Amino acid sequence: MPTIDRRTFLKLMGLSAAAGSTGLLTACNNSYAANIADDFYDLPMKGNVRILHTTDFHGQLQPVYFREPNVNLGVGDAFGRPPHLVGNKLLEAMNLKSNTPESYAYTYLDFENAAAKYGKMGGFPQMKTLLDRLRKQAGGQQNTLTLDGGDLWQGSGTSLWTRGVDMVEGSNILGIDVMVGHWEFTYREDEVLSNVALFKGDFIGQNVRVKEDSLMDDGYMKLVETFDGSGLYDEDSGHAFQPYVIKEINGAKICIIGQAFPRTGNANPPEFFPDWSFGLREDDMIELVEMIREEEKPDAIVLLSHNGMDVDIKMAERVPGLNAVFGGHTHDGVPEPIKVENIDGNECWVTNAGSNGKFLGVMDFDIQDGKIKSMHYNMMPIIADVLPADKEMQAFIDQMRSTKYDENIIESRSKKLFYNKSRVGKSYAEILDEKLAIADRLLYRRGNFMGTWDQILCNALREEYDADIAMSAGVRWGTTTLKGDWITMEDVMTQCALTYGETYVSEMTGHDLLRILEQVADNLFDPDPYLQSGGDMVRVGGMDYTIDPSKPLYERITNARLDNGHLIEAKQTYKIAGWAQVNRTPDGRLMWDVVRDHIVKNRGKDNVLKIAKINHPKLVGVSDNPGIADYPGEVG
Amino acid sequence: MNKNRRALLKSTFVAGATGVAISAGLLTPKAVLAAWPKAAFEAKDASAALQASLGSSSTTTSGDIKLKAPDIAENGAVVPVTVTSKITDTESISIIVAENGTPLAATFNLGANTKGFVSTRIKMGKTSDVTAVVKAGGKLYSTTKNVKVTIGGCGG
Repeated sequence: MPTIDRRTFLKLMGLSAAAGSTGLLTACNNSYAANIADDFYDLPMKGNVRILHTTDFHGQLQPVYFREPNVNLGVGDAFGRPPHLVGNKLLEAMNLKSNTPESYAYTYLDFENAAAKYGKMGGFPQMKTLLDRLRKQAGGQQNTLTLDGGDLWQGSGTSLWTRGVDMVEGSNILGIDVMVGHWEFTYREDEVLSNVALFKGDFIGQNVRVKEDSLMDDGYMKLVETFDGSGLYDEDSGHAFQPYVIKEINGAKICIIGQAFPRTGNANPPEFFPDWSFGLREDDMIELVEMIREEEKPDAIVLLSHNGMDVDIKMAERVPGLNAVFGGHTHDGVPEPIKVENIDGNECWVTNAGSNGKFLGVMDFDIQDGKIKSMHYNMMPIIADVLPADKEMQAFIDQMRSTKYDENIIESRSKKLFYNKSRVGKSYAEILDEKLAIADRLLYRRGNFMGTWDQILCNALREEYDADIAMSAGVRWGTTTLKGDWITMEDVMTQCALTYGETYVSEMTGHDLLRILEQVADNLFDPDPYLQSGGDMVRVGGMDYTIDPSKPLYERITNARLDNGHLIEAKQTYKIAGWAQVNRTPDGRLMWDVVRDHIVKNRGKDNVLKIAKINHPKLVGVSDNPGIADYPGEVG
Repeated sequence: MNKNRRALLKSTFVAGATGVAISAGLLTPKAVLAAWPKAAFEAKDASAALQASLGSSSTTTSGDIKLKAPDIAENGAVVPVTVTSKITDTESISIIVAENGTPLAATFNLGANTKGFVSTRIKMGKTSDVTAVVKAGGKLYSTTKNVKVTIGGCGG
């Protein structure tokens, strides 16, 4: 870490003076702060109700690097509409300048240099410090409401080994008042209900329903009784959790409706939630808002959503009565809210607060006589080294990470892989700090197509199984490793940590393989957002292909070829490796062990892991799309 | 928790939901209905199925039928479908899945003065139009909704 120069020192003094008697920023001692204006984190309250919004932390308690995408294509109505703008196009649309903390936070531009200049982002201790500061500037925590949009409990080694408990405890210290879920449901139902019980806020969701069969089932009733009725909020409607909550904030009555990820049942293994059903449930949402307007008469109704931004925009148009949407899922850091006119002619503000703890969304309402007089929105990028760590949060994290991995750990669906003997007796920190190799380039995942981190994952699978082709899910979590930095086990876990990480190899015909790719592409590029499933295109290693996102199902993908140039033949059989199966539990080793061993085995004498080739698909029909820039593959 | 209500629902389910049980494949239809409309349920296309079960394949689109089904099926093997008919003297409600090998998924014959409301689960092999057909006053009325059946995995 660089030493502090005089200019930095003066800046820091300025910052601590600005923090005044709170002493919030006095612990700051890093030179990155020199690049941030003194008043960067000052946000006086504009109105009487402040809503603070975080989303998609994905288990990241500590600061991380996270490179935003250079490919985030919008199709149909979403063409060129935020969040489907990347790089300079996004900066222009949002009136932001390049070479600023904002361009570092919101774009991939000049990422290596910007990362060196501003350092890591996010972190619970830093987020806690900023939350407290903004609560204070709102006149106290009682004038604020802190919402989290879900995907909080999954995405790191420690969240997997504690089954989400580390994140629940952390979010209690943060002071999250209300949350919704998606990956939260990828623990067993009893673990989810236990975590909900531990969570001090409200876990809500209008679209999480107990299946009809389960309502008749003694087993589910026993489970619910174990948790004092949690998991069965309303037996008549089948709501597993409260669909909404009402909060009195500074004299105003605010209703928060919850929307879990509608496609949870398609996107994740149903075996984790045999008794629950999800879905968009727009009709129910319309009826619910009507009922709340009539019976509860709130001053504002906001939707805390895990729909994803395109779905949120469509829902805000079609569901009358919503004043604002606090969205997540699609990991879009969108600095300005999108104003949507709904079918009744009223306006609704749709926001999305990015991922991995990089951002805090702040919406101030001025509510007078039951009416919203004004709304002001700000997104705050969390530049970790400028915000001193909250001591309580840091102590919690340090203590949690010193926990020893033992035989009670469950990190797989498969009993024989519940825990790994080689990790037993070591602390979480000891396991995660293991240095595996040095990165030969910037390693990242986020983007519609293949990322450099994904290539390592695919290479690892192909090596493990001597497979022709490897497939890896296009999830949007997974952090970034800088070129020249050590790849640690922690990095591997942020790419791989889920509760169904078993790997497999199987024989598949070219026909079946291409049909799978087509269906995944359709889930991403269906012009109707209600028919999309979220996530990015499945990553394919060992094979190149051409894709035209504007084409219909079964016509998007052409010219699929193995790395040796041979065309994929419909009737020929290929050996295909993969992981994270949703409909069965394969018996192969867990993904993070496969990836770790691959990295260690393939590093050079200089410890550098060299990647020979990146399977960037060739993209067709996207050259005028502002959702792509600086694409490293071919664009036709 | 209201245990009485649950008990009541349980007994109702057993005694009253025979129609649901048939379409969900829980009971062998022949054991329940004297005249099993074999031709209708084995017809390979939608119009033949309608012709065989309702005597006509010509339907009029109606806004008085509400068909509730998910935009994307969570599980193609059990897709929940609810049909509400406000058409006077609704005699029967049928559900057609155009892309299924045998498109007729269910037919509910309603007694006089029965509310035009059925709820069931149907099996879908792939993305398809789902059509609710209501027979009333000797005529057929319908409404259609597309339900996507898609590959799993790959959440954000």
